[in-house]
Amino acid sequence: MSDNKRIFIKGNEAIARGALAAGLTCYFGYPITPQNDIPEFLSAELPAVGGEFVQAESEVASANMLLGAAAGGARAMTTSSSPGISLMQEAISYMAGSDLPAVIVNISRGGPGLGDIGSSQGDYFQSTRGGGHGDYRTMVLAPGTCQEGYDMMIQAFDMAFKYRNPVLVLGDAIVGQMKEPVTPWVPESISNYGVEDWCLSGAVGREKRLLKSLFLEEGALAGQNIHLQEKYTAMQAEARADVYACDDAELVVVAYGSIGRIVKSSVRKLRSEGHKVGLVRPLTLYPFPATVLEDLAKAGKRFLTIEHNCGQMVEDVRLSIRKYADSDFHGHMPGELPGSDDFVQPILARLGR
Amino acid sequence: MSLYQDVIIAGFGGQGVMLIGNLLAYAGMEAGLEVTYIPVYGPEMRGGTANCTVVISSEDIGSPIIQRPKSLIAMNQPSMDKFQPRMQDGGIQIINSSLVDPALADPRVITYSVPANEIADGIGNTRMANMVALGAYVQATGAVPLDVVKKSLTSVISSHYSHLIPKNADALQAGADHVAAQMR
Repeated sequence: MSDNKRIFIKGNEAIARGALAAGLTCYFGYPITPQNDIPEFLSAELPAVGGEFVQAESEVASANMLLGAAAGGARAMTTSSSPGISLMQEAISYMAGSDLPAVIVNISRGGPGLGDIGSSQGDYFQSTRGGGHGDYRTMVLAPGTCQEGYDMMIQAFDMAFKYRNPVLVLGDAIVGQMKEPVTPWVPESISNYGVEDWCLSGAVGREKRLLKSLFLEEGALAGQNIHLQEKYTAMQAEARADVYACDDAELVVVAYGSIGRIVKSSVRKLRSEGHKVGLVRPLTLYPFPATVLEDLAKAGKRFLTIEHNCGQMVEDVRLSIRKYADSDFHGHMPGELPGSDDFVQPILARLGR
Repeated sequence: MSLYQDVIIAGFGGQGVMLIGNLLAYAGMEAGLEVTYIPVYGPEMRGGTANCTVVISSEDIGSPIIQRPKSLIAMNQPSMDKFQPRMQDGGIQIINSSLVDPALADPRVITYSVPANEIADGIGNTRMANMVALGAYVQATGAVPLDVVKKSLTSVISSHYSHLIPKNADALQAGADHVAAQMR
């Protein structure tokens, strides 16, 4: 166990340290802003604890190396930013189709295309709808603080092995580049959930194993899809959200990640002026904390979704509350850095209705 | 008692605004408070000016990005021109009067003029003007105790420059003394 003294580090470094605490043994990546602090840190610290660090020739290679390491049962990860994550989608689909555990970190930036290197939440759809081809989902965790960046890496590895599924940690340039105090910790025990029973470890003395996403036999692909859907149904139990000041709220704002915490400042300011507004900050984006929102909708709340994009998570909010309510949307354009003042007026405008 | 302070620290590249932002935030953590530090990130970085935002609070911090700051450290004139109009009424600003015209100070805010370059020069190196300004800021706002800032120097300055720490502590003190004299 490490001591509990707080350290002052960037979100990117918190994510790298969290991965080490989660038992990371293999890292593959290719440089891209604004996540380069992660490979920079791990290039020194991972070999120092006996792990393997590889700077690959491309994101495509990184993701396929990750697939290989995952098939071998390793606790492996890659990190990148939006355009790089797009390049990885083929391998992520293959990993999902092959039931492979892997962790992928996206410190997202502005898009579409090369966009800019500033903060954005434009990758919500890509992250929560699979991202590549086929009917699959990755679990998606959304840190809003440096401490959550650390904690969610430990959670991400645990979930990846528990469900044998890729897990995405979706941050952004704000979470990656800001510094905060972080209390490092190491889990008391790390479970691989019986990885030795299925991984490719050399077949001497046992039956050979085959991990694949190709199912040509009659009924085989349907069977695999049924299996995957059952897995995603089971994953719904992992949905989490941070609920703030919603009990007596007339209006509930829904915002995630860095925007969730920035909106919290706006909510606090409006609360201090007597306005009845609350905040739901989803911590898991897939599975989405739908029941939390549905219960609030049943209780008669109105909703406003705020995102640093042109309207993506709002679709999940609307699906969650559709039987009882609807959600307004306020989007902050990618390419412009948001602050708490940007959200006070949009919230006030909905409160006044 | 609940405590909240935020500050934008701005200057031109090389004046060490990121270093004193880190130092202030680190000292806030050492003082047992919640802190955030965020460097300016984006196109502004390429204009030759640099700035960062530090928030210090006794409770968990929402936004690390502040549009209308309670306080400002302006190390050069363009920084004052840009950020003074954004300050909250009654806010506190430290201006480096070696490079900033005090006549342009807005009476809407409380201004402490500190000839940081000259004071730092007197201690032995103009490059410590950033520390003079931070010492002045800490004295003017009481955001964190000055001795905690001094103790934090060893954690923020790389070991390669550790021989400069005593002088930097002197610069912090000189800035604080300069403001203390104005406050009397």
